[in-house]
Amino acid sequence: MTEYLLRHVQVLLASVGQLARAPGSTLMTVCVIGITLALPAMLYLLVDNAKSVIRNWQGRPQVSVFLKQNVAEQDVLSLQQELARRPETESIELITSDEALEEFKTRSGFGQALDILSENPLPASIVIHISDDAGDPAVIEALVRDIETRPEVDLAQWDLAWVKRLHVILKLVQRAVIVLAALLGLAVIIIVSNTSRLAILNRRDEIETMKLIGATDGFIRRPFLYGGVIQGVLGAVCAIIIVSVCLSLLDGPIAELMALYHGGFAMSGINPRTISMLLVAGGVLGWLAARTAVGRHLRRIEPQ
Amino acid sequence: MIQFAQVSKRYESGHEALRNVSFFLEKREMAFLIGRSGAGKSTLLKLIIRVENVTQGQLIVNERNVTRMKDRHIPRLRREIGVVFQNHRLLHDRTVFDNVALPLVVSGVGHREIGRRVRAALDKVDLLSKERLYPIMLSGGEQQRVGIARAVVNRPPVLLADEPTGNLDPLLSDEIMDIFHQFNQFGVTVLVATHEYRHIDRLRKRVLELDNGRLVRGASEEHG
Repeated sequence: MTEYLLRHVQVLLASVGQLARAPGSTLMTVCVIGITLALPAMLYLLVDNAKSVIRNWQGRPQVSVFLKQNVAEQDVLSLQQELARRPETESIELITSDEALEEFKTRSGFGQALDILSENPLPASIVIHISDDAGDPAVIEALVRDIETRPEVDLAQWDLAWVKRLHVILKLVQRAVIVLAALLGLAVIIIVSNTSRLAILNRRDEIETMKLIGATDGFIRRPFLYGGVIQGVLGAVCAIIIVSVCLSLLDGPIAELMALYHGGFAMSGINPRTISMLLVAGGVLGWLAARTAVGRHLRRIEPQ
Repeated sequence: MIQFAQVSKRYESGHEALRNVSFFLEKREMAFLIGRSGAGKSTLLKLIIRVENVTQGQLIVNERNVTRMKDRHIPRLRREIGVVFQNHRLLHDRTVFDNVALPLVVSGVGHREIGRRVRAALDKVDLLSKERLYPIMLSGGEQQRVGIARAVVNRPPVLLADEPTGNLDPLLSDEIMDIFHQFNQFGVTVLVATHEYRHIDRLRKRVLELDNGRLVRGASEEHG
């Protein structure tokens, strides 16, 4: 086992040596991979920050449930308790018809005019403040539809329709990030694949000799695979640096913008999770690319 | 050890390199393979290490049927055959030691054992003092001796050589041929393709002569 690991370490070091012997082309490949990985990583972080902004926004989504006139007080309390127990509910607020009238008088300026009415025309209502976990518009929509089926309820309406639009926009951007990441991942595969192809062609004589002395394809393939992984991981490190620099440049202007909207938002930078994701993505893409290129070209090289 | 039975080889171009070649090379035997350029010497050696496959007939090497051998078994066959090439085929970005160690690394031999065997092989070809040099720093004869050390380091039962003295002066050429002779005396089966007849006269070993793809001499075990 020790011998096996030692051999892998030797191949790894030999691969590093091979890359170091062509510093110019290695650096260029690593930079291209870095830029390619940095783009989707940046967008991912921006979407993540946008989500955080929505979560912390003062106008958290809420559902207003307007009750029918003449609903018995007992039924109102029963409905209130039932709605308070629902998982989507963060807190609940009952506004009786009298309270609604008082508030209307205060805010509308029609106080005296309302005095001439023989009875209060405003219904009692229940305001449900939605919990963070149920922020998905689809969940809130389902809640509203469910509440409207109740016989005591005249109308249930969801405020802050903009939240719904923003969620849709964010979903769209998230999807775009995935598509972009897939396309750029493909670009990384093509870049590393081409580098591996050139490395194979440059070492054609060596590969032929290795085959003549009994090396298996797996043995010959190994240093190229290590080379691909090393380039991918170095590209990811390059991407991490690019993203960190870009985010630090954007941090000031965004803080100024948020201050204008009275928001105390601080942009979150590249976190350990994103760093791990980038390193793993770089390594896997590098390996995949080298595996594809080496597999195809190695079969074509036979000793003459 | 090596048995050719009615072996023919026709290339895709239509050129028939070998025609109905039959011979048997015994274990621990040494033979010279001679013939003019294009007679089929290199093709015959390539068939033994399965660089090419026979078109017709049967070839057995070290009790393995090479004709029907699956691709995945070829590396193992090649590890059991040491090959010395006319152009050495050394890796110029590796030291003499690393070049000779290559067949052992490929075979998965342990680190310490590699050091021991490589030095023993280099000692046999009198290059122990040059293990840290790169091939480019050596003379043609020394490079060929590195090639021989690499061919024998894995202790193969069969040693093939394709024009191993082609680029060397007569003195160096004799030296190289003597090394093959020594390995044969240690029990290795040796087949050397050459067009230098003086080695044949000097060492008096079996001769297999090819002419236009046909074996015209040495099919039976006559010597000299």
